Amino acid sequence: MASKKKSDADAALHKELLHSMILQRRFEEKVAEAYALGKIGGFCHLYIGQEAVSTGILSLLRDDDYVLTTYRDHGQAIVRGMSPRSVMAELFGRIDGCSRGKGGSMHLFDRHVNFLGGHGIVGAHVPMATGVGFAIKYRGGDQVCICFMGEAAVNNGAFHESLNMAGLWRLPVVYVIENNRYGMGTAVDRASSIKDMYKRGDTYSIANAVVDGQDVFAVRDAAQEAIDRARKDYAPTLLEVRTYRFMGHSMSDAASGTYRTKDELEEYRKRDPITLLERRMLADKTLSKSDVAGMEAEIAATVQDSWDFAENSPEPPLEALYEDVYVETTT
Amino acid sequence: MPIITYRDALNQALREEMHRDDRVFLMGEEVGVYNGAYKVSKGLLEEFGEMRVVDTPITELGFTGVGVGSAMVGLRPVIEFMTWNFALLAIDQIVNAAAKMLYMSGGQFPMPMVFRGPNGAALQLSAQHSQAWESWLAHIPGLKVVTPGTPYDAKGLLKSAIRDDNPVIVLEAEMLYNTKGEVPDEDYVIPLGKAELKREGDHCSIITSGKMALVAMQAADQMAKEGIRIDVVDLRTIRPMDVDAITASVRKTNRAVVLEEGWEVCGIGAQVVDYIQRDCFDHLDAPVLRVHQADVPMPYAKAIEKAAKPDVAKTIAAVNKVMYR
Ligand SMILES: Cc1ncc(C[n+]2csc(CCOP(=O)(O)OP(=O)(O)O)c2C)c(N)n1
Ligand SMILES: [Mg+2]
Repeated sequence: MASKKKSDADAALHKELLHSMILQRRFEEKVAEAYALGKIGGFCHLYIGQEAVSTGILSLLRDDDYVLTTYRDHGQAIVRGMSPRSVMAELFGRIDGCSRGKGGSMHLFDRHVNFLGGHGIVGAHVPMATGVGFAIKYRGGDQVCICFMGEAAVNNGAFHESLNMAGLWRLPVVYVIENNRYGMGTAVDRASSIKDMYKRGDTYSIANAVVDGQDVFAVRDAAQEAIDRARKDYAPTLLEVRTYRFMGHSMSDAASGTYRTKDELEEYRKRDPITLLERRMLADKTLSKSDVAGMEAEIAATVQDSWDFAENSPEPPLEALYEDVYVETTT
Repeated sequence: MPIITYRDALNQALREEMHRDDRVFLMGEEVGVYNGAYKVSKGLLEEFGEMRVVDTPITELGFTGVGVGSAMVGLRPVIEFMTWNFALLAIDQIVNAAAKMLYMSGGQFPMPMVFRGPNGAALQLSAQHSQAWESWLAHIPGLKVVTPGTPYDAKGLLKSAIRDDNPVIVLEAEMLYNTKGEVPDEDYVIPLGKAELKREGDHCSIITSGKMALVAMQAADQMAKEGIRIDVVDLRTIRPMDVDAITASVRKTNRAVVLEEGWEVCGIGAQVVDYIQRDCFDHLDAPVLRVHQADVPMPYAKAIEKAAKPDVAKTIAAVNKVMYR
């Protein structure tokens, strides 16, 4: 009986995880469509292929935990609980966007779910996340701060300065390196003297681990350990998650052809995190083909709704131009 | 009223504000055990403990970013740079993060924080330790920039800066730390964005700020002996700038010299002159002149260092010129 309950709970959780990953995927496919139509402008970086990382890690957080990330932020924002509507409206540059149309794709923020951006300078948010960890400890809290970054950020001074302080002061931050093997067109082995990114944690006496980023369960297991360590012991972790982006670096970059081959891309596509989970669930019969169809239909409607919402939301009025440069001091 | 040093005035401001609000903390190199590279934070570690007076490694980019992150979640950091020259390593956090966070988040994340430390030249510190950074920082929307020139202004402006919900740059000066002046014991603040007419006259205006206000006062004293009455406008805040104070003075005197510590090209003085030509065009009896650092990196040797710096003699020469004397 107990084991039946557990397996029911597991099945429900697995469905949630699958739902979370498919939602990100379909949302971003829609983003690509909108971009092609000129409804979205500027730099826009898709997360497609990496969804098991956001879903795996953020599904473990409490509401009062914190998240910071890079410009490749759509998936993480949605998994963290921001509405697809507010994200799509932001991408469309509309007033109902999460950042009131002032940030765009790279600067998604939502203070209601402690989503602290969306940052465009590679590595720069890593000290900020360290500061959030500092603030948690300053107040004696037991929240955790998750800091996502690309593998190229680990060659940047901000990363090293941060890890040194987090190791020195024991701060409750989980640094997640999403190693998708490329920083724009530069392969990781052409940029880093160390191939195993997680080992950089040793330099700063920070617990570290590496995990398969296409397997959402593996991600969750590794992340749970890191989150516990932060919550219980104020101890940081450097977690390297090995993944792959299926699209170009940004909308102007072809998925393959210059710095990586089509064959390589095809090889990695075989380990699509969504397909892997779906297959596994179909095999252990926790999911049926009609479940998938139902989920897809519901998600398609959600995504279409976000598009409609964004399209109907007004552009920021001209008065908004000069708003939000300074706040009025109230204290 | 007690007479104390500029250094102690800053120390009082920090202590009072840390007592007033437990979200306020001080972070930087040598601020704790060493009592501050210039002893501004003397005694604070003992009083507030190491969570609120935080000695950092030499990691300007890193600890400035820690300040930014902590401000995002509601703390009120005071980030001390040993000198502003080293803040260049942290400029990304100041400019790209602190100054822009509120705007790019659509108003969701204010940055109630202070960046402070000595700015400009001291004595014979040469090229890398002598730069005046006003114009770099004042260029950025989202930042406020203050330049206290007296102990009274130092305390009142730093307290306002700490209470302000926006990122505020406080440019102090090594050459001012030992200067003395009257500073009330009780709580007071000086509003940001308000200039002070430090001396009244009707022959010529000197518009200046911070450390250079002392130079302007000395120049005005000397000229008074020759019967020349100078209006000395100490801007105190560079951004937002008190344009009304500038124009009121120039409309009265019809002549102006703009004195600043930094370089000429794209300097603060260029901005002041622009306000004057825009708002006082018909009131001017002579072109406005500027006094500033020579357009070279600061040299070491005494004589050429002196030649590089703006000073009383250069200021008097400029006033004489705009008065056609
Ligand atoms: C400091 C800085 N330098 C360069 C860039 C331009 N740039 C944007 S993303 C990127 C590659 C980053 O790669 P990685 O950290 O691996 O993240 P990924 O894009 O793979 O998610 C570069 C060079 C930048 N935004 N910031
Ligand atoms: Mg990468």
